[in-house]
Amino acid sequence: MELFDLALIWAFIIGFGIIMYVLMDGFDLGVGILFPFAPSEEDRDTMMNSVAPVWDGNETWLVLGGAGLLAAFPMVYTIFLPALYIGVFLLLAGLIFRGVAFEFRFKARTSRYLWNWSFAGGSTVAAFAQGAVVGAYIQGFNTVDGVYVGGALDWLTPFTVLTGLGTLAGYALLGSTWLILKTEGRLQDWAYRVTTPLLFAVLAIFAIISVWTPFVDDMVRERWFDHIGIIWILPALTLLCAFQIWRSVRNRFEGMPFVATMGLFITTYLGLVVSRWPYMVPPNYTLWDAASAYESQLFLLLGLLFVIPIVLVYTAWTYWVFRGKVRAGEGYH
Amino acid sequence: MELDPLILSRIQFAFVVSFHAIFPVFTIGLASYIAVLEGLAFKTRNPVWTKLSGFWTKVFAVVFGMGVVSGIVMSFQFGTNWSNFSQASANFLGPILSYEVITAFFLEAAFLGVLLFGRNKVPAGVHLFAAIMVATGTFISSFWILSANSWMQTPAGTELRDGVFHVVSWSEAIFNPSFPYRFMHMGLASFLTGSFVVAGVSAWYLLKGREVEANRKALSMCLWLLLFIAPAQLVVGDFHGLNTLEHQPAKVAAMEGNWETSSNVPLLLFAIPDQEAQTNHFEIGIPSLASMILTHEWDGVVPGLKDVPREEQPPVAIVFWSFRVMVGLGMLMILFAVTGLVLRAGGRYYKARWFLQGLRAMSIAPFFAVLTGWFVTEVGRAPWLVYGIMNQADSVTPSLTGGMALFTLIGYILVYAAVFSAGVYYLMRVLFVGLEGDEDDTDHEADRPARPLSAAHVPFEIESGKGSVNHAKPVNEGGQS
Ligand code: HDD
Ligand code: HEM
Ligand code: HEM
Repeated sequence: MELFDLALIWAFIIGFGIIMYVLMDGFDLGVGILFPFAPSEEDRDTMMNSVAPVWDGNETWLVLGGAGLLAAFPMVYTIFLPALYIGVFLLLAGLIFRGVAFEFRFKARTSRYLWNWSFAGGSTVAAFAQGAVVGAYIQGFNTVDGVYVGGALDWLTPFTVLTGLGTLAGYALLGSTWLILKTEGRLQDWAYRVTTPLLFAVLAIFAIISVWTPFVDDMVRERWFDHIGIIWILPALTLLCAFQIWRSVRNRFEGMPFVATMGLFITTYLGLVVSRWPYMVPPNYTLWDAASAYESQLFLLLGLLFVIPIVLVYTAWTYWVFRGKVRAGEGYH
Repeated sequence: MELDPLILSRIQFAFVVSFHAIFPVFTIGLASYIAVLEGLAFKTRNPVWTKLSGFWTKVFAVVFGMGVVSGIVMSFQFGTNWSNFSQASANFLGPILSYEVITAFFLEAAFLGVLLFGRNKVPAGVHLFAAIMVATGTFISSFWILSANSWMQTPAGTELRDGVFHVVSWSEAIFNPSFPYRFMHMGLASFLTGSFVVAGVSAWYLLKGREVEANRKALSMCLWLLLFIAPAQLVVGDFHGLNTLEHQPAKVAAMEGNWETSSNVPLLLFAIPDQEAQTNHFEIGIPSLASMILTHEWDGVVPGLKDVPREEQPPVAIVFWSFRVMVGLGMLMILFAVTGLVLRAGGRYYKARWFLQGLRAMSIAPFFAVLTGWFVTEVGRAPWLVYGIMNQADSVTPSLTGGMALFTLIGYILVYAAVFSAGVYYLMRVLFVGLEGDEDDTDHEADRPARPLSAAHVPFEIESGKGSVNHAKPVNEGGQS
């Protein structure tokens, strides 16, 4: 009676949602991370204006992801959230401070420095927390009968700190290449300058993570060393993207650094998926174990199939409306 | 003292959801009001309507923005603090809550930007259409969330297999027995909130003699609407209570403060319920009235709290008093609506200062009524989470410790205190600047869709020279018309 493997379809939808979120909120979080280091207050205005029209839409993917997980893979929702309890709080607090800073900074005059901190601090905390979540996922969770039984800070290990820092650097890279694309003059020069060191930081951290992961986990080791060699194309592509970023920054291309950084993220993400597939809650549960009832997955899928295309069209339209360079002084009064 | 994660989680949930709830009720009411104003502006071409709509849209933007931020927290609360409950009920609640997000998503995506920023960019008809869609969207959103909540109160259409709910009938589960009443009651509550806030703010402007013509029109509209919806809320509330009597007798017993099942039960106006002694102190009541209201017979039998074992009784005092505050405020609202009608003769409703002062004070009443109403509903359900099937103690996250729960509880309180005092402060600034602020409110190119708050162009700090009341031109009564 069950015509389709809905759990598989949902895994693709959630997977798509995650990478959409990472790429889109990634660059605007990155702009927040770079915020305190900008050359001047005027440049900070420009930086914020470059992401202001889109950040809200970007973040909605996160909310959709949360609700979608509860609906399609409740086990993921009910194990990840308790296990990452403190981290989730930090993530949400970070996002709140950052979100309201967008609104109030432009209206503030004397209290502006407070909103600067709120934006930069919120973005940094949120980015780190997201990276730590990825690290915790690779590490696996201490569960019994589908229920998390570990402690409050089990997720906080040297390994997850490293993945947190990696994400921080990676988002900053997305942010700086976004600024290259969207700005000009002094700010763009600055963005060019910070991109190369950020790229090397990202590569260094990713390299450590890649070497470390097979040691923390047998399954990952087998996947990469005993199986199909074709998956090695992913790290090769990652390196190719990194080379592209480096080269295009040297040649002062404007669009390529951002595109190549997105490529870097996508290939790394696929590499992660390949390492863990089909486990959703490592080390014990696959996506089929974690799935909700067939009729529940079907009920929501019908609505989603209708809405996602509309959301994608609207998103594309917003980016189209606000295409081109953001200039200083053009903005709020 | 041992920290109890259950109690702390309950406090945390009550705190974040109460915080969230006050924004949506206001936006739902206001969205409909704006749609009506836009409709009037479209039909009559009278600039007063456009001016009012422009102003209230700014307020809407700020409140909506805060609703979104606090809503994001809500969608993660179920997993962090109530993971056992989430796991058990995901098959139903997951899709329902997702539909709520999808609706909000869809609404934000397509129409909110047009409503907030499109006045001079799209044809008037399209702008009106966007306003109507935003209003409709808020209702669809509340449809889903109230369905989820009602299902927890009166579960139906589901079957418990191996500790997990499975949906056997979507229509029965979504339209569960308490849903129609709750949806109507909440819808009216939203309209009451919108009306009383608009009426209160207009009254305040009138007292100051600001923008008299527009504010008088706004006040008149609100008073007409209130004349119908304030009594309607009483009727719907009565039906809601009768339905609760059928499905959750213990809750009604707590609302009435009635311990023994008996006939000729009085309606208590005052009492101090004592859960220890299982009785009330200092009772003052109207004989047999509770029996009459609940059974429509003077000697009707009303269930008592002692029918259920003590550990299945809700905390009586909270339910009892919250209910009285809500109903008392509801009565006060009816009184104001009727007074408004009486004062219409000779246009005294916009001249009588005591009435305007009273309306000003009433602008916060609906928020208290809404919160106390929710306290009745939610606290009265205790100790159940899914009524009669799953209790709170079994629902809480097993790995949660008291320390963790306390940490986030304090954390949320601090975060909300910082962020929302900024928000409320800013809202006050928008109100201070008022309708007159519209003139320097040009549409800038960098105003972008998907950014609710940027629809309001009011500086954050109070500055001399701009936007403060002293500089608003006071308009004498009738001076503008
Ligand atoms: C009767 C109304 C009502 C009630 C009881 C609730 N909400 Fe709500 N919620 C809304 C009415 C609403 C709304 C009016 O539809 C909002 C306000 C802003 C928006 O976009 O939609 C909203 C926003 C909103 C958002 C943000 C959506 C977005 O960013 O686009 C989330 C995640 C939630 N809510 C979740 C919840 C949860 C988990 C609740 C239960 C405890 C809850 N809400 C109670
Ligand atoms: C928006 C308005 C709402 C308000 C103001 C509100 C208020 C409250 C309050 C005060 C409690 C505490 C009861 C107690 O601890 O004794 C509570 C409990 C709870 N409510 Fe609501 N509620 C609202 C809506 C909802 C909705 C829509 C849902 C579900 C979809 C929900 C789910 C819960 C849950 C899971 C609890 C259990 C935690 C607890 O008992 O404290 N609530 N709510
Ligand atoms: C005028 C007389 C009123 C009566 C008789 C009445 C009756 C009720 C009853 C019986 C409940 C509990 C339902 C349950 O949980 O089983 C309730 C809940 C509630 N009331 Fe009222 N009410 C009145 C006025 C108001 C007013 C004026 C407002 C707000 C403006 C309001 C807002 C609410 C809310 C938000 C809830 C919780 C949600 C729900 O269960 O519907 N009520 N009311």
